[in-house]
Amino acid sequence: MSRNRLESHTGATLDFTFNGKAYQGIVGDTLASALLANGVDVVGRSFKYARPRGIFGHGAEEPNAIIQLGAGAATIPNLKATQVELYQGLEASSVNGWPSVDFDVMGIIGAFGRLMPPGFYYKTFMYPKKLWMTYEHFIRKAAGLGATPVEADPDSYDKLNQHCDVLVVGAGPAGLVAAREAARTGARVIIADEQSEFGGSLLASKQTIDGRIATDWIASLVAELAAYKNVQLLPRSTVFGYYDHNFLTILERRTDHLALSAPSGTRQRIHRVRAAQVVLATGAFERPLVFAHNDIPGVMLASSVSTYVNRYGVAPGNKLVVFTTNDNAYQTALDWHQTGRQVVAVVDSRTNPSGEIVDAVKALGIEVLVGHGLIEARGKKRVKAALVAPINESGTQVVGAVRYLDSDLIACSGGWSPAIHLSSHTGAKPVWDPNIVGFRPGASKQQERSAGACRGTFDLAGCLAEGASAGAEAAKLSGRGDGGLQFPGFSVEEYSEQPQQALFLVPHTQSTSRAPSQFVDFQLDVSASGIELAVREGFESVEHVKRYTALGFGTDQGKLGNINGMAILANALDQSIAETGTTIFRPSYTPTTFGAIAGRDVNHLFDPERYTAMHRWHQQQGAEFEDVGQWKRPWYFPQSGESLQKAVNREGLAVRNSVGILDASTLGKIDIQGPDAAEFITRMYTNSYLKLAPGKCRYGVMLKEDGMIFDDGVCACLADNHYLMFTTTGGAAGVLAWLELWQQTEWPELQVYFTSVTDHWTTATVTGPNARKVIAKVCNDIELSNEAFGFMDWRDGTVAGVKARIFRISFTGELSYEVNVPAHYGRHIWEALIAAGEEFNITPYGTETMHVLRAEKGFIIVGQDTDGSMTPADMNMDWVVGKNKAFSFIGKRSLQRSDTVRENRKQLVGLKTLKGSDVLPEGAQVVFDAKQKIPMSMQGHVTSSYYSASLGHSIALAVVKGGHSRLGQVVYCPLADGRSIAAEIVSSVFYDPKGERQHV
Amino acid sequence: MLLIHCPHCREHREEEEFSYGGEAHIVRPLEPEALSDEEWGDYLFFRTNSRGIHHEMWYHAVGCRRYFNATRNTVTYEILETYKTGTQPTITGASA
Ligand SMILES: [Zn+2]
Repeated sequence: MSRNRLESHTGATLDFTFNGKAYQGIVGDTLASALLANGVDVVGRSFKYARPRGIFGHGAEEPNAIIQLGAGAATIPNLKATQVELYQGLEASSVNGWPSVDFDVMGIIGAFGRLMPPGFYYKTFMYPKKLWMTYEHFIRKAAGLGATPVEADPDSYDKLNQHCDVLVVGAGPAGLVAAREAARTGARVIIADEQSEFGGSLLASKQTIDGRIATDWIASLVAELAAYKNVQLLPRSTVFGYYDHNFLTILERRTDHLALSAPSGTRQRIHRVRAAQVVLATGAFERPLVFAHNDIPGVMLASSVSTYVNRYGVAPGNKLVVFTTNDNAYQTALDWHQTGRQVVAVVDSRTNPSGEIVDAVKALGIEVLVGHGLIEARGKKRVKAALVAPINESGTQVVGAVRYLDSDLIACSGGWSPAIHLSSHTGAKPVWDPNIVGFRPGASKQQERSAGACRGTFDLAGCLAEGASAGAEAAKLSGRGDGGLQFPGFSVEEYSEQPQQALFLVPHTQSTSRAPSQFVDFQLDVSASGIELAVREGFESVEHVKRYTALGFGTDQGKLGNINGMAILANALDQSIAETGTTIFRPSYTPTTFGAIAGRDVNHLFDPERYTAMHRWHQQQGAEFEDVGQWKRPWYFPQSGESLQKAVNREGLAVRNSVGILDASTLGKIDIQGPDAAEFITRMYTNSYLKLAPGKCRYGVMLKEDGMIFDDGVCACLADNHYLMFTTTGGAAGVLAWLELWQQTEWPELQVYFTSVTDHWTTATVTGPNARKVIAKVCNDIELSNEAFGFMDWRDGTVAGVKARIFRISFTGELSYEVNVPAHYGRHIWEALIAAGEEFNITPYGTETMHVLRAEKGFIIVGQDTDGSMTPADMNMDWVVGKNKAFSFIGKRSLQRSDTVRENRKQLVGLKTLKGSDVLPEGAQVVFDAKQKIPMSMQGHVTSSYYSASLGHSIALAVVKGGHSRLGQVVYCPLADGRSIAAEIVSSVFYDPKGERQHV
Repeated sequence: MLLIHCPHCREHREEEEFSYGGEAHIVRPLEPEALSDEEWGDYLFFRTNSRGIHHEMWYHAVGCRRYFNATRNTVTYEILETYKTGTQPTITGASA
């Protein structure tokens, strides 16, 4: 039996280790309760001062016991020991105890705490800036933020989309009765609770409801709910976000209580719930009291001490002092008294507490020190004594002699703060209520209501009544039931409570700035004096003070410290708490694993991959692939041992000298039909299609209304009122949406219809001087002579037995035939063309060679040579703009704006390095004066750059200010390594400047 | 995540099926060439960016592929109505 385990509490034994040491707990334990049962005092070190810290709470509010669970691929950092269910073989360690919790590297700083005031990091470590990285590394390592696994996660995770009528968040008394009222109307109900068992605060309560012990009452209510087919019970499920339009996310931990890695099935899953109505019954957090050295292990929340005693059978100490501002915490004295261990005293800040429970405690002979403060805890790694003294009625001053109470456990209670986090997520502004000394949820912004403690109702009878009403109301508003209550009354035995005192900072014999640290936020070591210092340094807004002091920035998100911190801030600013306001809570309520967020969208399911009909052939040829949007395109086809550059040289020379073949299937294709198709297309492109005859193609550029190039491609007239528009591979979806936008919203009178046919067609481009000879071998029903089938024509015909469309369009500048067949014939046609081209050494080439060949011709790639700020004139493509079109096409007016006609715009030019073997890096900046001091005047940048095997030197495209009038000038590209490459501005057309080769 | 009623499909669908289309009821000038740079610039670049009631276009991109309009409160994100392109909203800043 572990030394703090109560004999009345038994169960099967579980072995576990913490920081390498072996311990035993029992079934039903959390890691925290098991550690307390074993008398483990120090579970971590604080973030800044590395002070020893012990378990403080028993749930999501825990600031200190932050642990790393397990090791290896399935490890999880930054869990709260209070929320980790114990299982056989569990291994855990402190995240913030480097190198060990008992010996701390930063102890030297801890001993001189005043040397690290708020803003310390900014003030000390930010200068010199260059060293910040070094400092940050040291601080992070010393403070410890947990370790992420480096191997792939072995577990699987799921996402589940659900709808329901009523989502109940929290299965404490209010939530359970809300769910029951909603369930009996037939509403689809989901009730979720982060704990392993339903019951909330009642799990640790000795109260009776309707004459039954709370735990029995819960058990029968849960059984009743489970019997409803329309109710889904989700234990171990945290509602961590409340988003727009009643969309809530729930993290369900399915196997974390069994083992580190899921023994079977999915480890966790996220429920994405769209709820018609929501009942928030999320309870409240007890507020710590801010006294000197309130962070020593052995100081705990009063409700946590009661929970460990009543629910887990663990008494985490021997001699208890209770320090309270309210009646509620007297219960802890009663609970502790039951264990047979000593209650040294109850210290009550109120001058004249007179409640029934006060009398009950006094009746046991326990000393009650009224009008007293517990002003300081003593001890190093465990509380040894409590210093108490009389304080004045307003709780601002010590007014009498200090007395030592021999003690090893201090249970404190400063009242309760409603858990308004989810309500805050919706944008509801919390309202300060001095009666409950806390923030209540603000007016609802969504279809939700709060019930019970999270609404500031702390008595059990009130929680049950509110829960029932909320459940019935929510069901009614979702269209179920009449709002009446099935179970209107509950008989509950409880003490009536007297008013509490608002005490946010316990006075000390010394001033706040001189007293030993009085911690407000334990995890980040924010003290009362730190907040006051921030105010003296000029911070007034709560949001600024939060960021300056780091108040509430820990993984507990200030669940304990926020109210005290804001109250101390308000006092320092000499204003009310209501005026000071609170910071905004945002999702996630508690940390959520990336595994659950990603779900199944990992590895090959992360993003869909699109393959062409010839994909497997490319693989068999050993192609290297490149991602273009979601498409996998062959990048180059290396022969054995060939580098990228060597392969590209070989592929490019084959096209220029004989014939090459490219898989161009990925180009976007939009089928456009309708009596107004030509008019519509002409409004979208810069040039006109009104007179384009069937059998003809035209290259066009599309602008956005601001005059900037958006996409380009060829459009063919297939028949009267029938066109096929090619788009760039990456632009296909955007262009279709763009066409639909204008047709639907601006010109609905135009009869025109669009269909994406990208996937329906396979395109094989045969290009090079021998291209016609190759096509002639597989096609005998099209007259292929240049006279009969010229450049920018297209023809219907049969290729290798398959009906095909052949387009004589060229992106290489060579004689080209783009063969289009229905996609299922793609591989057949491809292999037939390869076979036909064998005698000409037909060479498959990939996107890299395609880029080099088009750059040799000065053909732009939209999105590479343009960036959304380039007009056709900038690209030296005025020829594609129809100046005399009747309709003012999209973007036309913008081409006359003062900014688009100004001189010195960046314009597309070619760059030829003075040393032909130098290849400029793409993205390199262009300057006119290589000797200019930094910052240099940047005149443009390189957009495309390659080595051209056909030309025997490097080529580049660049945009340079006023470039079109600078032909022949030498410019420089300074590189990061200090070199500067000189290049001459030349025409952007490097190869076959007259464009004769594609016309043969 | 918003829940959006498509007036063409006539049902509520998740936001991820839609894409945003910017402010609605901006009519393209019939004679762009007749406008000054400033007037054209107003059409191109300036939007009301209203706080509160806002009429905006949405595109049911992975549904019916139709554009429609929504009246949305930009503070609360509440969608007050959706209506077909070419029709007028029943809720306006003046009426709300
Ligand atoms: Zn639709």
